[in-house]
Amino acid sequence: MTILTNITIKIWRQEGPDTEGRFETHQIPEISDEASFLELLDILNERLIEEGKEAIVFDHDCREGICGTCSMMIDGQAHGPQKGTATCQLHMRTFSSGDEIVVEPWRATAFPIIKDLMVDRAPFDRIMEVGGFITAPTGGAPDANIIPIPKPVIDASMDAASCIGCGACVAACPNGAANLFTAAKITHLNLLPQGQAERYKRAEAMVEKMDEYFGSCTNHGECEAACPKEISIDTIATMNVDYWKSKFKNRQHLDR
Amino acid sequence: MSMNLDANIPEGPLADKWQNFIANERLVNPSNKRKFKIIVVGTGLAGASAAATFGELGYEVEAFTFHDSPRRAHSISAQGGINAAKNYPGDGDSVHRLFFDTVKGGDFRAREANVHRLAEVSNEIIDQMVAQGVPFAREYGGLLDNRSFGGAQVSRTFYARGQTGQQLLIGAYQQLSRQIGLGNVKLWNRMEMVDIVNIDGRCAGIVCRDLLTGEFSSHSAHAVVLATGGYGNVFYLSTNAMSCNVTAAWRAHRRGAAFANPSYTQIHPTCIPQADDFQSKLTLMSESLRNDGRIWVPVSADETRTADQIPEDERDYYLERIYPSFGNLAPRDVSSRAAKRMVDAGQGVGPLKNGVYLDFADAIERLGRSTIEERYGNLFDMYERITGENPYETPMRIYPASHYTMGGLWVDYELMTTVPGLYAAGEANFSDHGANRLGASALMQGLSDGYFVLPYTISMYLSKLLNKPIPDASHEEFTKVENEARDRFANYLAIDGTQGPDYFHRKLGKIIWDYCGMDRDADGLRKALSDISSLHEEFKKDLKVTGSDKNVNQTLEKAGRVDDFFELGMLMCKDALNREESCGGHFRVEYQTDDGEAVRNDEDFAYVSAWEWTGDPLEPNEHKEQLEYEVVKFQTRSYK
Repeated sequence: MTILTNITIKIWRQEGPDTEGRFETHQIPEISDEASFLELLDILNERLIEEGKEAIVFDHDCREGICGTCSMMIDGQAHGPQKGTATCQLHMRTFSSGDEIVVEPWRATAFPIIKDLMVDRAPFDRIMEVGGFITAPTGGAPDANIIPIPKPVIDASMDAASCIGCGACVAACPNGAANLFTAAKITHLNLLPQGQAERYKRAEAMVEKMDEYFGSCTNHGECEAACPKEISIDTIATMNVDYWKSKFKNRQHLDR
Repeated sequence: MSMNLDANIPEGPLADKWQNFIANERLVNPSNKRKFKIIVVGTGLAGASAAATFGELGYEVEAFTFHDSPRRAHSISAQGGINAAKNYPGDGDSVHRLFFDTVKGGDFRAREANVHRLAEVSNEIIDQMVAQGVPFAREYGGLLDNRSFGGAQVSRTFYARGQTGQQLLIGAYQQLSRQIGLGNVKLWNRMEMVDIVNIDGRCAGIVCRDLLTGEFSSHSAHAVVLATGGYGNVFYLSTNAMSCNVTAAWRAHRRGAAFANPSYTQIHPTCIPQADDFQSKLTLMSESLRNDGRIWVPVSADETRTADQIPEDERDYYLERIYPSFGNLAPRDVSSRAAKRMVDAGQGVGPLKNGVYLDFADAIERLGRSTIEERYGNLFDMYERITGENPYETPMRIYPASHYTMGGLWVDYELMTTVPGLYAAGEANFSDHGANRLGASALMQGLSDGYFVLPYTISMYLSKLLNKPIPDASHEEFTKVENEARDRFANYLAIDGTQGPDYFHRKLGKIIWDYCGMDRDADGLRKALSDISSLHEEFKKDLKVTGSDKNVNQTLEKAGRVDDFFELGMLMCKDALNREESCGGHFRVEYQTDDGEAVRNDEDFAYVSAWEWTGDPLEPNEHKEQLEYEVVKFQTRSYK
């Protein structure tokens, strides 16, 4: 264990959605490199409470990089400097003594700030509700082994399905686009045999719902670089193909 | 007061009970279903699957989550897999064997009929999840792959890399999203249930606090389902997510729902050891790692060499040595206690000597690095991110941590609590795992309750309410409970002491870990009861919550949850004190064999303890549901 000294945290504070925000600066004299970045904020918050000040609000939960709740820009990067790592899995050993660390909420028009670092990501749920599923009501499903699915197909589907819905892709995108999020879900389901019946309906509905909230994709690729699950922008190509097909494909003849 | 603990187990031989129930149950016809409103609190595996299925059936459903989205529930963190009796590998599995393994794994303290039903519906769960698009791992031929897990001698675990919980929760969330999109389920997000309301002897609804505005509101329904998870965070350090809490279950308990077997908590053997004092949580490393990893400690307590410098004959592969037939796959409670003994004997490894090795060197040599990477790659990466060590080169260090709670709200066969109209599902109830849960069975139980049990059983209750008026949220009892909740939260702010809720939570967790953790004894439990009680008094006088109650205030949310953990903690210790035997996760040091194995007492303790709230957390009333075994014979659990 090494102790880092003299860390400066410049952190965004904002009382509510309609109030003006500001940066607040805090000094952390000492912190172990074993601490996670969120534990640094915990320690800072306990100090603030002791001083009678309001704790910094931030979304977080599992701290295992899987629930997708944590969401912050650290030094201008979504989830901070470590590749393929959500904020909650970022540890202080990534930083050095004397660092100044700038912490901001997700930057995206579609994710309005609720308070401090907490934002509203409800548009993701709205996209899911119009097509991010396979219609398979409970009961009456056929035996799970009835349709063999080749390993490369299931692996590619799983790669896309590992999306945690954190919104880093949107925050990192200069246009505030949600193409990687939407494409990951479409790819997960559209690659599978079970997903074929609703393939084009799904792509059409989800893309058009996405466009109601988010900016357009102009192929910067920042989303892939920021994604804590390293989901490939190839999924966006899959989505685009299925979306355009949805516009001219005769759905009475899916197999042609 | 007497308490009705009739489990309502259907007639017939064990293997026919569930089918008999379905054949004879009272139904609600499709056009009448929309007349019934069901509230589901919690949107993890059990809650999301229940809400989605109720919606599909035609009930009016309102689902509540304190997260921003249903997809965040802690079910998502489950890594290893989900059990089912498919017998795809042809290695001798069957519904009966899954049933038996679960009863045995639970150390003969679970209700036979519930467990058998769980084993019966396990296969349907896999079919359902595959139909929904869950990308379970497959063989090259395209068929589903299975792996083995602790406490079983067959391979019955289905998995999606090390992210099975994530994929299953996303599956249930997809179903729920579809119902929300169709308007069949109304979702309330960032809403925390803070109390339940009973009117005329039945649960009439809930009171919630809006986490964004601080406003309290009442919601009435014909039936309420609590699928609000377990209470493992009472230990402060656990593998649970930060916001997991007991509040919903505890508030229901305070309003009359019996709390069963609170002392049955599971300490998971494979977690990353604590690194320092301010650690906020512990991270699980999936039990599936024990399939290929070998657990060992140095023979000498004075060992200073690194793992690779220690020769074979100076290593103690203690699980393989003590439990040759199950080896590294011994059940969780057994493995955890063995690790604790090694560390207590000074043979621990790592800078704080607080772990044991989980070593993959042999597996990498036998199977090649790429196979290991395929099986466990994401877990190895996670380990490296947290510890800064590369497990492909140096063995992992692991140590037990609080992970799951088998205890929970008492429910009958239909999953109804002792409050009519109030149901509990998933980890929030006590019913299926006895005194110890086997790996890969939590996902199975959550989905079983939500998809395949509640949708059948709830009509038994609802059908009786057809065309009868029920009180709405303007009823005076709702107003009264809402005011009590408002006052409670206002009071946390008004105390204006000196310490935040985390300070108290950390101290509470340490007491429970020390005296009601992996091993317990009467003196320690008595001490814990008095320590918790005085710490709770201190909390009431010295708590400091900053900020306001009119907008987001995470400190205030936490204060409410910690307050409830105090009272639960006392009940845990009380239950552990009363149960003068060792069984599963409950190990009383006074009751063990010469070589340290648990000694159960079936004569006196083959019962479920169901506690009634009396108003004084130190003086609860214990009621007993005797466990009757028709098929299984009691035996001493041995994994040797």
